[in-house]
Amino acid sequence: MTSRLTRRQRRRISQGVQYAVFVAVLVLIGLGADWDRLQNQFAQKDLASELFPDIITIALRNTVVYTVSGFVFGLVLGLVIALMRLSSVAPYRWVASVYIEIFRGLPALLIFIFVGVAVPLAFPGTEIPGGTYGKVALGLGLVAAAYMAETIRAGIQAVPKGQMEAARSLGFSHARAMVSVVIPQAFRIVIPPLTNELVLLFKDSSLVLFLGVTLQERELTKFGRDLASQTANSTPILVAGLCYLLVTVPLSIVVRRLEARADKAR
Amino acid sequence: MSSMDRPEIEIRGLHKSFGDNEVLRGIDLDIGRGEVVCVIGPSGSGKSTLLRCVNLLEEPTAGQVFVGGTEVTDLDVDIDAVRRRIGMVFQQFNLFPHVTVTENLTLPQRRVLRRDKAEAFEVARRNLERVGLADKADAYPSQLSGGQQQRVAIARALSMGPEVMLFDEPTSALDPELVGEVLAVMRQLAAEGMTMMVVTHEMSFAREVADRVVFMDGGVIVEEGPAERVVGDPQQVRTRNFLMRILDPAAAEQPGDTTSERPAKEL
Ligand SMILES: Nc1ncnc2c1ncn2[C@@H]1O[C@H](COP(=O)(O)OP(=O)(O)OP(=O)(O)O)[C@@H](O)[C@H]1O
Ligand SMILES: [Mg+2]
Repeated sequence: MTSRLTRRQRRRISQGVQYAVFVAVLVLIGLGADWDRLQNQFAQKDLASELFPDIITIALRNTVVYTVSGFVFGLVLGLVIALMRLSSVAPYRWVASVYIEIFRGLPALLIFIFVGVAVPLAFPGTEIPGGTYGKVALGLGLVAAAYMAETIRAGIQAVPKGQMEAARSLGFSHARAMVSVVIPQAFRIVIPPLTNELVLLFKDSSLVLFLGVTLQERELTKFGRDLASQTANSTPILVAGLCYLLVTVPLSIVVRRLEARADKAR
Repeated sequence: MSSMDRPEIEIRGLHKSFGDNEVLRGIDLDIGRGEVVCVIGPSGSGKSTLLRCVNLLEEPTAGQVFVGGTEVTDLDVDIDAVRRRIGMVFQQFNLFPHVTVTENLTLPQRRVLRRDKAEAFEVARRNLERVGLADKADAYPSQLSGGQQQRVAIARALSMGPEVMLFDEPTSALDPELVGEVLAVMRQLAAEGMTMMVVTHEMSFAREVADRVVFMDGGVIVEEGPAERVVGDPQQVRTRNFLMRILDPAAAEQPGDTTSERPAKEL
């Protein structure tokens, strides 16, 4: 039998069902969870206030420093690899492709362990400049560069061919046209995805955990975990999590705004 | 004195293939100093390719091109230096969208000619005035109409002080009411004695401004001569058919026209 519902009726029923499911799930969670125990373990007010100001001045600050240094290193390396992928010299293209495949295919954790262990082994006596900060920049940057290289390459290819031709017809060399005309336009295209990459890096900076850091070098995750085990309570973890969100949520909103604006400009 | 006698543009036995597709099949063409030559012909006949071979945006498969006595096709020539002397205007304008109108004109001068800021700005101002857009100096390209963008593109090319200007269908991407303003600038340029090679479908412009019209089809020059003869009284069947289609697009190709060597285009 064919249903005789109008489109309006169908839409109402469908929405009603969806709201009902939503409310049912909320109620189940609310009744089922042991809130007292959760609060005891995760939301002790006095414990939380003891975390300040160190969780901001040391942990959050270090997280930001690690992220930014990794991002900058990754951006420079990513740009170089993107240009290599677009090079007319075949070996450059091969090296760039292999790099991208390897570093996109490996867990970031593995690369951190590699940077912490293999680099000092391979080049005995040489220190990575910047100590822990240098190692983190290297570890985060190596991974980020692989993703950013693909993003930047797509951005460069999204710049219309006529731009390069116009520049060449005016007497620009290929390299100068790239620098003055194509890359500035490519970067406008890739700002939203690169900001997204920044959010991912911000979270990946927690992998510093595996490098072994001093007290002053601890970032949010390590800080939260250390204090959680010291106090035998998980409140520091919750606070550390909130600190992440403090940064990542506004960044995500910025990304969405940028994307909306890029859509409009098109 | 002898270099004065040489044509500004000399094209000798030019061939160009894209893979198996032979697009130019032996083009010979001279364009004298101050001469305006319009190149016409059906779509795909190789007009753009010919123009782009003159400033080596396309590399010819065989043959030679000289501009102002310098061989463009010489492998040892400084191509960037040669291109500075050849202005090019594209169908799609190709302004740099990320900078203002003025910066579109100053950026190439500063980066390529190494002019200082003051001079580059002065040259930019003069050329914007020349195309009637001094008041748009601080606008971004996206804020301009197509006709205005194309005039800026012409001003940008002129700012480099070229000896020759190449135009590839400069009005084809424009709304009909904007075509006139661009043609006016080109007409003025021709009157000032610029050497110009213009691919166009604007027959009235060709008739009025061109010293010579070249009709291309299938990668060869089928017919060339003074505008009034090639456009007004074409000798070749292919030229006549093409002009008929251009001037009266609504009329289908005449049935029973057996002299036509090519099948009628679809439509
Ligand atoms: N970069 C390229 N690679 C491969 N084939 C090309 C390339 N550029 C042009 N061609 C081919 O060369 C032929 C001539 O192209 P060209 O653009 O010179 O024609 P045209 O006379 O300018 O036509 P239109 O009036 O449509 O602009 C076409 O068949 C085209 O497909
Ligand atoms: Mg063309």
